[in-house]
Amino acid sequence: MKHLLAVADLTRDEVDHLLGLTDAFAEVGRRRVPKVPALQGRTVSWLFYEDSTRTRLSFEQAAKRLSADTLNFSVSSSSVSKGESLRDTVQTIEAMGVDAIVVRHTSSGVPAQVARWVDAAVVNAGDGWHEHPTQALLDCYTIRAHLGDLEGMRIAIVGDIAHSRVARSDVWAFSLLGAEVTLVAPPTLLPPNLDGWPVRVSHDLDAVLGDLDVVYLLRMQRERMTEALVPSLREYTARYGLTARRVDTMGDKSLVMHPGPMNRGVEIAADVAELPRSAVIDQVRNGVAVRMAVLFELLGSGPVVPPRSATTPGGPADRPLPVLTPSSPPAGPSADQ
Amino acid sequence: MAERERRNSPPFGGVFIARTQVLDFNDVRRAVWRMANEVVEANQGIEDVVLIGLQTGGVPFADEMANALEKIDGVRPPTGTLDVAFHRDDIGLRPVLQSTVTAIPCDLTGKVVVLVDDVLFTGRTIRAALDAVHTYGRPRAVQLAVMIDRGHRELPIRPDYVGKNLPTRRDEAVNATLDGVEIGEVHKEGRW
Repeated sequence: MKHLLAVADLTRDEVDHLLGLTDAFAEVGRRRVPKVPALQGRTVSWLFYEDSTRTRLSFEQAAKRLSADTLNFSVSSSSVSKGESLRDTVQTIEAMGVDAIVVRHTSSGVPAQVARWVDAAVVNAGDGWHEHPTQALLDCYTIRAHLGDLEGMRIAIVGDIAHSRVARSDVWAFSLLGAEVTLVAPPTLLPPNLDGWPVRVSHDLDAVLGDLDVVYLLRMQRERMTEALVPSLREYTARYGLTARRVDTMGDKSLVMHPGPMNRGVEIAADVAELPRSAVIDQVRNGVAVRMAVLFELLGSGPVVPPRSATTPGGPADRPLPVLTPSSPPAGPSADQ
Repeated sequence: MAERERRNSPPFGGVFIARTQVLDFNDVRRAVWRMANEVVEANQGIEDVVLIGLQTGGVPFADEMANALEKIDGVRPPTGTLDVAFHRDDIGLRPVLQSTVTAIPCDLTGKVVVLVDDVLFTGRTIRAALDAVHTYGRPRAVQLAVMIDRGHRELPIRPDYVGKNLPTRRDEAVNATLDGVEIGEVHKEGRW
């Protein structure tokens, strides 16, 4: 794997591999000194054209726990405010010798474009309405840690699907791992075209809630309320908000998830976020381990060292191999002789 | 098998072909039994002793040594496992194994940690393990027990307890399990 741009590009094996690596890095996080030298001497740079708290801090923590160096970049205090183009900015950063660039941008497709310009590994940390792959991976990991294998699991994603990159990444990730995904939203908050999406659609949260293993709430993006997609936030809460009353109708083991930041009192009731079945804090905690796994996967394998036979004269490949078959008896003296 | 060779052996492709059996099942049991006695002798008992088997080859030997120590001293020492992949200076030589687990049973501060591995070759795994151990605390002492010391060290590392010293060529491979120790070669898949 060279870049991580979209969950839609990943195979089942790659996702399983990353989640397996995450297990190993979660163990690192529980150590007394939660730091390993795996990426010593590597540099990771952030390229965040959009605000972020948890993703950026989480990547930063992940890089530091891997002993990578980090180069900070924020648009407001950089030459971007003097009008430097994206391409020039990216190439400037790369020229300083970074091994990976973590990109967040308000426009879809920017990470993919950056990946075409640079040799460094590119990680998509959220682009426009397109994808947010590390969020989807940490969601899968969190569900797996709480409830086991996702195969056959029923997951509903509730809320503003149309504007949500998290929803797009999650739909692909959950269905790749075998879960049944239902999108629950008013028609105005669904993408205009769902052809090819491996999902079912419902406009009635109460009707699906009882059967769910996971209810995944998306943030109501208040800044988009000017578009009048829902009559009012109160009405949205009444029909699609996870209130204490609705939680009571859910199965005993079902999980409540939210990518943050939460609008308490809108899509999730204030006290629901504190319930034991709420995995919101676990999602953040697992985010660090998942991002360690991603950075390690992209950078950690290092320069591929050629096999010894290629560099060492007299190595096995330079000599004709003895004719041996696995069934041939041991040639030398064995211990019972 | 030394970690350096494991990347060429199953499940990563490649085949280990044994040429000679050096120790059989009973020889291995006797060697572990002797090493366990040496651990007790050197530490005047096994109070504070923590066994840590290095993934993947050292884990069964650590278990076997814990069994032996339990018979000798009546108490089973805490036994853990450690995957040093993230601490290696040659990361990428071996894929990080998903099946291997790091499980350290207690805080290692003040303990006598006995690292247990199957084959001691270049010493790089042990160097990585020394690094890793210190992220779990500050042990009073770290000792090293290996089933096979096959020479060819690249670092100043010396085992405290050795099952058997086995002179080898660099291009040979040693496969040490609880069922016996074999010397042979690792062939890339399809070459034999």
